[in-house]
Amino acid sequence: MTLDVQGGSFTVLLGPSGCGKSTLLRTVNALVKPQSGRVTIDGNDVAEADGTQLRRGIGYVIQAVGLFSHMTVGENIAVVPSLLHWDRARTAERVDELLELTGLPPDRYRDRYPRELSGGEQQRVGVARAIAAEPRVLLMDEPFGAVDAILRAGLQDEMLRIVRSLKTTVLFVTHDVDEALRLADRIVVMRQGRVEQYDTPLQILTKPATPFVAQLLGADDALRRLSLMCAGDAAAAGQSTAPETIAADASLRDALNRLLGGVTRLSVVRDGAPIGTLGLEEIRKALQ
Amino acid sequence: MSYLMKHLPHIGGLTLQHLALVGTGLAIALLIAVPLGVFTARTPRYGPPVFGLAGVVYTIPSLALLAVAVKYLGLGFWPVVLVLAAYAQFILIRNIAAAIAGVPAAQIDAAKGLGLSGWQRFTRVEIPLAAPALLGALRLTTIALIAIATLGGYVGAGGLGSEIFFGLQRQYIEETLAGSIPAAVLAILADAFFRTLERAALRKSG
Amino acid sequence: MTWDDLLLHARAYVALASAALALGMLAGIPLGAASSHVRALRTPVLTLVNIGRVVPSLAMLTFMVPLFGLGFRPALAALALLAIPPIAINADLAFRGVPAAALDAAAGMGMTRTQRFARVEWPLAFPLLFTGVRTAATEVIASAVLAAFIGAGGLGEYVTTGLQADQPKWLWTGVAAIAVIALAVEFALAFTQRRLEKGR
Repeated sequence: MTLDVQGGSFTVLLGPSGCGKSTLLRTVNALVKPQSGRVTIDGNDVAEADGTQLRRGIGYVIQAVGLFSHMTVGENIAVVPSLLHWDRARTAERVDELLELTGLPPDRYRDRYPRELSGGEQQRVGVARAIAAEPRVLLMDEPFGAVDAILRAGLQDEMLRIVRSLKTTVLFVTHDVDEALRLADRIVVMRQGRVEQYDTPLQILTKPATPFVAQLLGADDALRRLSLMCAGDAAAAGQSTAPETIAADASLRDALNRLLGGVTRLSVVRDGAPIGTLGLEEIRKALQ
Repeated sequence: MSYLMKHLPHIGGLTLQHLALVGTGLAIALLIAVPLGVFTARTPRYGPPVFGLAGVVYTIPSLALLAVAVKYLGLGFWPVVLVLAAYAQFILIRNIAAAIAGVPAAQIDAAKGLGLSGWQRFTRVEIPLAAPALLGALRLTTIALIAIATLGGYVGAGGLGSEIFFGLQRQYIEETLAGSIPAAVLAILADAFFRTLERAALRKSG
Repeated sequence: MTWDDLLLHARAYVALASAALALGMLAGIPLGAASSHVRALRTPVLTLVNIGRVVPSLAMLTFMVPLFGLGFRPALAALALLAIPPIAINADLAFRGVPAAALDAAAGMGMTRTQRFARVEWPLAFPLLFTGVRTAATEVIASAVLAAFIGAGGLGEYVTTGLQADQPKWLWTGVAAIAVIALAVEFALAFTQRRLEKGR
């Protein structure tokens, strides 16, 4: 297989458990040595780099979090900076900055021990620890797999916001299709150690390369596709007399909800100005 | 070893004496420790004082305890049995309490729901479920008592220890080993015996 | 019987017990670390160690006499052998109890093998490992009394002399000194352990 991941992009490795996505992730920080083939970062083969030096520049977040229970939250976050011999003042400043960034007030959380934290808080600390030394690459192996479904969406949003601000290249492993669609710039669909498809979420949904991808993504699940398209693109041109309006950047899924709720036609509005109308016919067309 | 082989019948008799010391000590110990262990399992707030007292006795080296018993009760069988029983309390009470407290509450609840009386719950549910841990307590205690009973030879209670101390007094190591090797073998066999029982009980109680 | 004499015997007793405990740690901790890290070693090490745990201390002391004669050296060897099993067994449990996720995270963060051991494995294993040292200490202190029987002196001599010569004063002095030392060590170790467990 060959994968070329853009610097600064968010790439999700998606597939059923045991398909080799975690192993692939662990070849990137050389925790696993590939039997054949190469992994390069900025053109440098990771197999040739010193493993420990390499890993200090790559963030790593795992499902079980793996916080060190004998260290406080602050000490956990400071691990890589201390391995890199940052001075104490800079490390302390960075720890507080990261706690702030991950929504954990430093004064309340810095000196607590991991066991005093909820699962969601622990994983926030896990993310903060991984990005402490501003790694160019961040590897995340099902980081929210053990978190309550209700909290997961919030954590995902927060994590997206944080990594976007860092401009870090993210490789993210999950078996959760919705999570992949939500987070990814590009998705790698894997099966039994092979890449089935590597593309943007929309392309993968609308043009699955193999029957396996189609089945995994539930591509015939129209609702999921509708949630990725916006009302403005599907609207039929022309003046509308319909009193109900919908924003052009709203998803077709929202539009469908309203149309099924008793409204027969919607006016599509962009910046306050009507640009067309939308009914069930247009939505059906959009799906074809 | 040749000394041991020549005196096998004698050593056999001492081994039986040794077992009598341990068996009697253990039996008396159980009479006290079982009610106390069950009691502390049921009312955990009495645990610390009971464990604490038994722990102090356990921490004092056994020879010291034995010397005091002999000084005031005289030489022979019973002072040693008394010390064995006192020494066993800590291991027994603590482990019996842990074993009984470790029985899943759901199963006791289910037994209540099925209409079992308190005594029936104890004998039909709690004891069988706690059996592996209870046997573990018996194993640890028996091994400790076999070791302490060797000191009985020093204060005229017989057992394999008498061979050890005769040998030491006469500086005749062959004779000493004729007591200490069987004592070690006895302990190893007791360990294996109880481990087998534990495995069987574990299979039964899941 | 004088104070100086008592102090001399107490010092010999404490020296014997602490030297044996130190040797027991020196051998027991690496043994437990090895058996927890190397699968093939586990069964043989634990079987051997379990036999060592079961052998009565007086028997262990006498086993050393053919090898080392009478005196301090056989007593030290026997007590060290008695200290190893609880330490090795707890070290094995302690190292195996270190969460795999913590080790994975440590490796993923770029710690070297030595750093992983010193900063993650050892501190996480330490409280349980300490429990083994505490058990071993109780056992060594009790067995060190018996060392007097193979000519290693110490406080056990007060007890034996007191009994044999029917000297209640000697007997009680010995018993009291032994009990005080045993209880003091036990309380100190229990206190330390509670402090260790509180930290995590």
